[in-house]
Amino acid sequence: MDLTATAAPIVDAVRAAAAVEPVGARTHAEVGNQVRSEHATTAVGVPAGIVRHDVADLTVTVLAGTPVAVLDAALAEHRQRVPLQPRDSTATIGGVLATGLSGPTRLGDGPLRDHLLEVRFVTGYGALVRGGGPTVKNVTGYDLPRLLVGSMGTLGVLVQVTLRCRPEPGVTEWWSTASPPGELFECLFRPAAILADSRQTLVCLAGDAADVAVGRAVLRDRIAVDGACLPDGPHRGRISVPPNELGALTAALDRIDGVDRDDGTWLAEWGVGTVHVAYADAQQLAAARGIAERHGGWLLREAGGEADPSGAPFDGFGAAWSGSGTANGELHTRIKRAFDPDGKLAPGRFG
Amino acid sequence: MCFPRDAREVQAAVRAAQHHGVPFVARGSGTGLAGGATPLDDALVIVMSQMDRILEIDPRSRTAWVEPGVLNLDLSRAAAPHGLHYAPDPSSQQACSIGGNVGTNAGGPHCLASGTTTAHVLAVDAVLADGTATRIGGARPDEPGYDLRGVYVGSEGTLGVTTGVLVRLLPDPPAVRTLLLDFTSIDDAATTVSGIIAEGILPAALEMMDAQITRAVEDFVGAGYPRDAEAVLLVELDGLPDGVTAQALAIDEIGRTHGARTVRVARDEAERELLWKGRKSAFGAIARIAPDYYLHDAVVPRTQLVGVLRRIYEIAAEQRLTMMNVFHAGDGNLHPLIVFDRREPGTWERVHHAGTEILEACIAAGGVLSGEHGIGVEKRDLMGRLFSPIDLDAQARLVEAFDPSGLANPRKVLPAGSRCGELAGTRPVPEGTWI
Ligand SMILES: Cc1cc2nc3c(=O)[nH]c(=O)nc-3n(C[C@H](O)[C@H](O)[C@H](O)COP(=O)(O)OP(=O)(O)OC[C@H]3O[C@@H](n4cnc5c(N)ncnc54)[C@H](O)[C@@H]3O)c2cc1C
Repeated sequence: MDLTATAAPIVDAVRAAAAVEPVGARTHAEVGNQVRSEHATTAVGVPAGIVRHDVADLTVTVLAGTPVAVLDAALAEHRQRVPLQPRDSTATIGGVLATGLSGPTRLGDGPLRDHLLEVRFVTGYGALVRGGGPTVKNVTGYDLPRLLVGSMGTLGVLVQVTLRCRPEPGVTEWWSTASPPGELFECLFRPAAILADSRQTLVCLAGDAADVAVGRAVLRDRIAVDGACLPDGPHRGRISVPPNELGALTAALDRIDGVDRDDGTWLAEWGVGTVHVAYADAQQLAAARGIAERHGGWLLREAGGEADPSGAPFDGFGAAWSGSGTANGELHTRIKRAFDPDGKLAPGRFG
Repeated sequence: MCFPRDAREVQAAVRAAQHHGVPFVARGSGTGLAGGATPLDDALVIVMSQMDRILEIDPRSRTAWVEPGVLNLDLSRAAAPHGLHYAPDPSSQQACSIGGNVGTNAGGPHCLASGTTTAHVLAVDAVLADGTATRIGGARPDEPGYDLRGVYVGSEGTLGVTTGVLVRLLPDPPAVRTLLLDFTSIDDAATTVSGIIAEGILPAALEMMDAQITRAVEDFVGAGYPRDAEAVLLVELDGLPDGVTAQALAIDEIGRTHGARTVRVARDEAERELLWKGRKSAFGAIARIAPDYYLHDAVVPRTQLVGVLRRIYEIAAEQRLTMMNVFHAGDGNLHPLIVFDRREPGTWERVHHAGTEILEACIAAGGVLSGEHGIGVEKRDLMGRLFSPIDLDAQARLVEAFDPSGLANPRKVLPAGSRCGELAGTRPVPEGTWI
């Protein structure tokens, strides 16, 4: 079916509704601020399906409602991958891209935004727009794909995307080691990931077998593991700080009231600056946010968090918007208005 | 024209332009090939060459803050003592500026594995069109809100003037190997490229040169390229020694399966540098053949290289033009190069005609208008071949959000009338504008 026909119900729904919430599998529904509107909100879903996998060119085009697990399986048959890596692989590709959370191998694979080549999306004014292009290199016009990654459904409903695939590395190994992450960041060449919690360092080595052996040899007291387990709990978030702050920041996280150092409440991505946190109670998540801010970072709530009796938007994106008056705040407001003049797409998501 | 020395002076220049309702154009080194820095409408030209300091190199986080006028190669030179380098390496790297690279989202041979400029820019300090200074992006992996940084990189000076750039530096690879494969047919070389990619090998660089440019380069620098080859591939592998060796063997085999006559491995750094010098001086070399050249830039899916290259040579033959190809084959980024003498009557028209036909052939093969040079004024009016009016309107809305005044480098990138309901802007590009 041609895309105009596929997108027609989405275009109609957006045009008819006063408030629209683009929805995938709802696996990321708690991330950031929640949709809130005085109008009845229409949930708009997106069809699924792999449209075209150009195996030899390492690109794949999918409808945005396709679950990540379906894409992963299809690509694996050809020993390829797109490292989207959501916590829950029933997540849709559109949902992952719109939320903009990069996976734990960002150090080696690059951020999520670098995997997207072309987008087709429905704007708030009900137009089906194409941005970017299907080739692996492209500077033809403005970079709408990157604008949409992490836009939380506030600028458009993603309908179809073209992604860059990577060849599956010859060997992929995960290790737990006693070597400190900072030291490994200095001495490992192109590691896929260096993650650390308060007890151990987790390293992902990927590539040619002989190269992986070189990396493996420097890991002290190593134990093979299946992969990285991100901290889990009812109150979760991800901190983004300048990478040089990781040491001081994680030391402060260990001092949060009621947190046992050995509970594995945080996992830091070395060389990147992302710290995943999860706590038993909301106060602890709030404390982590305070620490993040003191270290020049910010915390995006992923789940749980403090109750919000005032109805005021949750923090997280606040920094971008609270500053209306700031140049970036103004830019955000104007971009939002440009793509969604009536403010109907995911209202409240960005505060 | 003005030559600001710091961000405040840039701000003053932009405010003055706004005050008088005069358009302004930021200019780096002026090496851009799409005319992005060409002033139209008597614009104020803000030349960034005085802002050429490397402010900080932080080896710990592998980043550097630089002023926009810093030359690309100077940054890598300054990072070298730390065992780091700045990955995007346009062939013009001795002359072009980081600010200009951000403007065009510049690429280079070594962007195949590591990505173009946008993958290496973490933050930009910019003076927006209304004269406010702001920081877009940051040292943190994610910023709250939209990826303004992603939108800004490659916007060809239409969204603001860059006054500082935070770039990512990469560690130098422990091992590098450079291979030269030579072929008796262009098709074989192009199938080898597709073969390497399909095999799942992503070399650091994968460049192709056809017979004419290979001979021209050989005459010019004597890099030891085979004069009788129909095409050569320059392949660079980097990483840890064993992996590099394994990949070199694999490429040797893929090349020979697809008809490579010889596969030569650079024995030492001197030989490697000479091979690269040949590739990077291609444009100097052709100056000896004819006084003028027109360098195109388009991208096609890598699986389409064979067919598109054939069509490009056909177009040249039909238009009786000398055409050479030297390009970033690994990402399908073609650079058809037409050499000519504009004093010959009718030539200029044929050059233009051929250019348009080439771009049409690339679009028909599923390609795009530019891989690294940008749109500027050169391809502005071809944007409608790739994008619908609705698509162009969406891009124009984005520009308007950044610059409601429309004074930041106007009439670049998007054709007149892109914003639905916009009055078609009218004045044509002045005669003789250098693009
Ligand atoms: C021989 C030759 C080889 C080349 N090879 C390559 C190549 O391999 N890869 C490649 O990508 N390009 C290549 N180029 C093109 C060119 O060098 C690049 O586009 C380069 O990025 C331009 O940098 P510049 O400093 O000269 O910018 P300019 O030409 O001065 O400007 C380019 C654009 O950026 C904008 N700009 C410049 N500075 C600023 C600023 N401070 N703030 C806001 N906007 C700004 C301008 O308005 C303009 O739109 C080549 C050019 C030549 C002549």
